[in-house]
Amino acid sequence: MPEINLLEAIRQAIDEMMAQDERIFVFGEDVGRRGGVFRVTEGLIDKYGPMRIIDSPLAESVIVGACVGAAMNDTRPIAEIQFADFIAPAFNQIVQEAARIHYRSNGDWTVPMVIRAPWGGGIHGALYHSQSIEATFAHVPGLKVVAPATPYDAKGLLKSAIEDPNPVLFLEHKKTYRLIKGQVPEHDYRVPIGPADIKRPGEDLSVFAYGLMLHYCLEAAQALAAEGVSVEVVDLRTLRPLDVATIIGSVRRTSKALIVHEDNLTGGFGGEVAALIAEHAFEQLDAPVLRIGGPDVPAMPFAKPLEDAFMPSPQKIAAAMRRLAAY
Amino acid sequence: MPQLGESVTEGTIGRWLKRPGEPVAKYEPLLEVVTDKVDTEVPAPIAGTLLEILVPEGETVRVGTVIARVGEHDERAEREGHERAEREGHERAGAAAPAPATRADGSRNTYMSPVVARLVAEHGLDLAAIPGTGQGGRVTKQDVLRYIEARPAIEPAPETAHAVAEATPGLGATPGGTEASPPAPPPIPDDAEIVPLSPMRRAIAEHMARSVRTAPHVTTVMEVDLGRVLAHREASRAAFERQGVRLTLTPYFVQAAAVALGQVPVLNGSFTEEGIVLNRRIHIGVAVALDEGLLVPVVRDADEKNLLGLARAVNDLAARARSRRLRPDETQGGTFTITNHGVSGSLFATPIINQPQAAILGIGAIVKRPIVISQDGIDAIAIRPLAYLSLTFDHRIADGATADGFLAAVKQALEGYA
Repeated sequence: MPEINLLEAIRQAIDEMMAQDERIFVFGEDVGRRGGVFRVTEGLIDKYGPMRIIDSPLAESVIVGACVGAAMNDTRPIAEIQFADFIAPAFNQIVQEAARIHYRSNGDWTVPMVIRAPWGGGIHGALYHSQSIEATFAHVPGLKVVAPATPYDAKGLLKSAIEDPNPVLFLEHKKTYRLIKGQVPEHDYRVPIGPADIKRPGEDLSVFAYGLMLHYCLEAAQALAAEGVSVEVVDLRTLRPLDVATIIGSVRRTSKALIVHEDNLTGGFGGEVAALIAEHAFEQLDAPVLRIGGPDVPAMPFAKPLEDAFMPSPQKIAAAMRRLAAY
Repeated sequence: MPQLGESVTEGTIGRWLKRPGEPVAKYEPLLEVVTDKVDTEVPAPIAGTLLEILVPEGETVRVGTVIARVGEHDERAEREGHERAEREGHERAGAAAPAPATRADGSRNTYMSPVVARLVAEHGLDLAAIPGTGQGGRVTKQDVLRYIEARPAIEPAPETAHAVAEATPGLGATPGGTEASPPAPPPIPDDAEIVPLSPMRRAIAEHMARSVRTAPHVTTVMEVDLGRVLAHREASRAAFERQGVRLTLTPYFVQAAAVALGQVPVLNGSFTEEGIVLNRRIHIGVAVALDEGLLVPVVRDADEKNLLGLARAVNDLAARARSRRLRPDETQGGTFTITNHGVSGSLFATPIINQPQAAILGIGAIVKRPIVISQDGIDAIAIRPLAYLSLTFDHRIADGATADGFLAAVKQALEGYA
């Protein structure tokens, strides 16, 4: 199996799906000749032409709004939001329209579209290029929220997202784009939306993460293994729908839980996971449920030391794992 | 290895500008890093002494890899290491988790986490007897599991007593009679998962094992033509709906069983050493499958109710069993049980008797089958809705002929339904 990075995995998924289904098109800022600011769509305009790889105006409400209409007219749009930070102008189109049409039309209409959005910090991107948006959108019923961490999952999940009859917000952690490499099979495969994946089995405590934080957690778990602590690392992969059974199953075994995300803590997705654990695994708990998240400051700071202070790191995660193990 | 650009994922150590042991000021160049984009000096993030170089010159590592340690100075670092090692044995300061309660004299931590409380209660353990290795001496789940595992070795006394009782005929007064001491459980493979026993699962396990140990089970099966019952249900369904009752087949089986129990009262009884207890009243339990197990609510005085009353009672009990709103006494006092295992497609089964009852009636799936029927001396093949009814009975109470008599009475009541 060839080893590719996460960005290439996403490009391959788009390319292979577009080759099979001519209803699929990409709509976003600079996705055409420029190939997207991260080069995800690089080369696709030469293959599929400007009618299917379409440069949009700098207006996210138009990107999503046009895709909602197109999706209801027998196309399969892939909207690209250049940075997740820019998604706010499209909030109305995503939440009020895309997420609700299936329900509102009593199942007569669906919006089979994908909204790709590079998210997350740690790349010195500062306020407008580092934000985490998953908690806001995972709150919205009718919307699926996917946040893969590995090239294999990214490719398989994006294909599933494109085929899904309902809108999927597909979050790509921009720091993982080139940093994370992995083996991806050459054959056509899918990773289903929904199931979490135990990336590292362990016995003493369970850690739940997604995106870049999954890799930091794996790194911390590796460090803890050398200290004799066996950490189970669960990649949530899909935040909505959430794989509650795998989360609860893991905590029932280990009796200790830590949730890690870089989004700020208050109202973050970790609160939902912690609540589910308290609700369904209370009698199995042997320690308080811990969360690690960014601080409650308005946005990612630019200065390197401040950005480091904001981001959860393998060291911070390992320290929390040690506290939990020793409890 | 610091991140030196958005798309830079690794860097090569060009040259270390400081040697281990040398002091370094904050922002003073510490090393040179070579990447495919830039060669750059990396400043020290903090002031201190370069304690250790972890990545030598010329080696390429991923962004984020620890390449060196800068601290105050060696002595201090060493001392801290010792202190930390010591602390780990006792208590960890500064944990975000709330510190568990400690007894006034500080001698022993009696805080129990939910899982420890549950394990201690389930196994009837004394918390004080379990050595605690958690924070502040707290007893952790692992401590309890280790304790439970080690217990047979610590407390061999009950085991020995049991063995003596068994080796001495006439002294065998242990509950459960001839039960051999249980074999050691097989080792659990590392990759297996342990699903904890819910109270319901535990109760079912205990009850089923006890029943099989107690009563010699024998099963007899008959095939029943349900054509008339189905026709009656079809004809009556609307009338029942108007009474607010959904008509299923279960009340028919309850009714037939009640009639048959009236004819063969011994199967409405219980075996005791004093004699067979014949129950005057007929209380029929109806098994209701739940996701996590099985409940058997009881239809009281089933023989005194008409079909409408039985349907109403069965629906009400089943609905409340599924929503966990049964009162405890509603699952007790049954004198006979019916289990409709056919709803999940089973043709016939050999269910286990609900102690202390005499028998249990199993209803198999209703399947249309071609059979040969004879009328006025003429044989013909007909398609009929048939089901296998099985009666599992306690052979101490009844023999095969009696049980067959009962089952034949059920069959007759159902096939002749009008």
